[in-house]
Amino acid sequence: MLAVYKRELRSYFQSMVGCVFVAFLIAFTGIYFMAYNLLSGYPYFSYTLSGSIIVFLVGIPLLTMRSFSEERRNRTDQLLLTAPVGLEKIVMGKYLAMVTVIAIPNVIFCVFPLIIKAQGTAYPLVDYISIGLFFLLGCVYAAVGMFISALTESQIIAYIGTFGILLVLYLWDGILSMLPSSDVSGLMGVLIVVTVIAFYIWRMTDNAVLSGVVEAAGVIAALIVYFVKSSLYENLLTNLLGRLALADVFTDVTSNSIVDLSGVALYLSIIAVFVFLTVQAIQKRRWS
Amino acid sequence: MIEVKNLVKKYGNHLAVDHLDFTIEPGRIYGFLGPNGAGKSTTMNIMTGYLGATEGEVVIGGHDILKEPEKAKRCIGYLPEQPPLYMDMTVREYLEFAAELKEIPRRKRADQVTEVEKMVRIRDVEKRLIRNLSKGYRQRVGLAQAILGYPEIIILDEPSVGLDPKQIIEIRQLIRSLAKKHTVILSSHILAEVREVCDYILIISKGKLVASDTPENLERMLGESGTVELETKASPAEVREILKNVPGIEEITAKAEENGITRAQIMEKKGEDVRERVSLAFADRRKPLLTLRTAGATLEDVFMELTQSEQLPDAFTRHMEQAAGTEADRKKREDQAAAVDMENIDRAVGDDRNGEGDEQDAGSL
Repeated sequence: MLAVYKRELRSYFQSMVGCVFVAFLIAFTGIYFMAYNLLSGYPYFSYTLSGSIIVFLVGIPLLTMRSFSEERRNRTDQLLLTAPVGLEKIVMGKYLAMVTVIAIPNVIFCVFPLIIKAQGTAYPLVDYISIGLFFLLGCVYAAVGMFISALTESQIIAYIGTFGILLVLYLWDGILSMLPSSDVSGLMGVLIVVTVIAFYIWRMTDNAVLSGVVEAAGVIAALIVYFVKSSLYENLLTNLLGRLALADVFTDVTSNSIVDLSGVALYLSIIAVFVFLTVQAIQKRRWS
Repeated sequence: MIEVKNLVKKYGNHLAVDHLDFTIEPGRIYGFLGPNGAGKSTTMNIMTGYLGATEGEVVIGGHDILKEPEKAKRCIGYLPEQPPLYMDMTVREYLEFAAELKEIPRRKRADQVTEVEKMVRIRDVEKRLIRNLSKGYRQRVGLAQAILGYPEIIILDEPSVGLDPKQIIEIRQLIRSLAKKHTVILSSHILAEVREVCDYILIISKGKLVASDTPENLERMLGESGTVELETKASPAEVREILKNVPGIEEITAKAEENGITRAQIMEKKGEDVRERVSLAFADRRKPLLTLRTAGATLEDVFMELTQSEQLPDAFTRHMEQAAGTEADRKKREDQAAAVDMENIDRAVGDDRNGEGDEQDAGSL
């Protein structure tokens, strides 16, 4: 794992992608910092940071796009996959290298609250927590990006795919407000999810009986719940899907100074899920 | 050492590897021979754990590649068809990375990388970026990577593709020297290479193993009743006249060449060797015999026969019966041979190093 990690990290800075990412993020945040904190005298660095999310949307796909797609195109994955190293370790090595690159600007950000402090009142606790969450959000985005990169041979598609997904997640609140909140729509949503899961099982196992049973059981269960207690379905879509507005956990801190611990758990579990999915995606390709 | 049992690989409806069974014993050089697209690379990719098989199992040094992948992979060094090189690294960096990946202990790593660099002669380019190296050097870096860690088995997929003749000779020498300590498996679609380098040949066609034996035995399979070729200073009519009463001859074809020389081919009856009688017959008539030699079936014939025919067993028996056959059959084989890309340069090199091979090639093709 260490070998992969070291190679990836070195390659990020040799290929300039890492440098560009770090420089871009710091320069952008620096401009915000100057405008909000220094010129306007607003004492929260966290607010400045919330403006930098947009750099993540553009910059993180840049870091993740080549992680697996390039290996696959250049056939260097043959070296990794035939070496006596577990696939999980290879994926983790690469992921940790990305995380390290994302950590570098965040470590530098830690200086900014001190500058504010030197000028007068500062709120270091909120600021540092928000830097921590900002970093964690970056890690979530990187996990998503790595997964997309493992699905394709093309770096461009990996970039655009990741960027698109991150952008949709960023605009999620606005999209969500258009969803209906009635109990029937909630039921429809559940049925769609059950069908998607059944379809996925069918694709993975080629077992029509199994997926049929899952579909039938899901539909019956959903209908029973609907007839027994339809109020459960009210606002279900907005509540469930609302969790996907990942940046909310971070913006809660930056705009309201509210730290949502379950949000941190959500971040960590999303990272775990996408790292796992990346391993699975690569495994599956070897078998198809 | 390696056991491959009932290996099947399907890509959608396409059967790339079709129930392959073989065993690799230690200390030999094995050659996978087959036309392009026969399933050689796929088989190697499955053996090294890069691809999963649809059915069947691969056991390496007692470890199943699926159940204990890390232990099994530790026994193998692999050079894929396209060397897996990182263009943004220098040769030294790359080899050190590969050494670390193969879990060579830190204190041995630098020494071993240097040793391997010397072995494949890339020490003078170790500080250069791989991106800037020529194809031949890249191939050698890939080979160095496969040797690192000195695994028991070294698997090389088309190791000499894209190299110039001198490099090909060097790489073959290297492969032979590797075989002293390692088991080497290489794949190739070039006969001369396999015949020259390998101790044992597995011929694969359309995903099936169609023959496996030593090169000599494979040639013998087809060469039981052979053809004798001769050149003489006599007219074709005289040749027929001289040979009319020589026993053991099935058929004669003779053709006048320039300078009054006639080139003739004599089909022997099964189990006969007519050379002695032929030379005496010419001597009796005081006609000078310029050359006289057996043109047995070569590996090329075996290869063509096994990989081109739709129904292998039938074709094979037919060939045995006809034993090099009539002129028409011969013509057909020539056409088939011409249709296959044999990489002439490579053959020339191979044959330069093997005078006998040269003669045989000339005889059969």
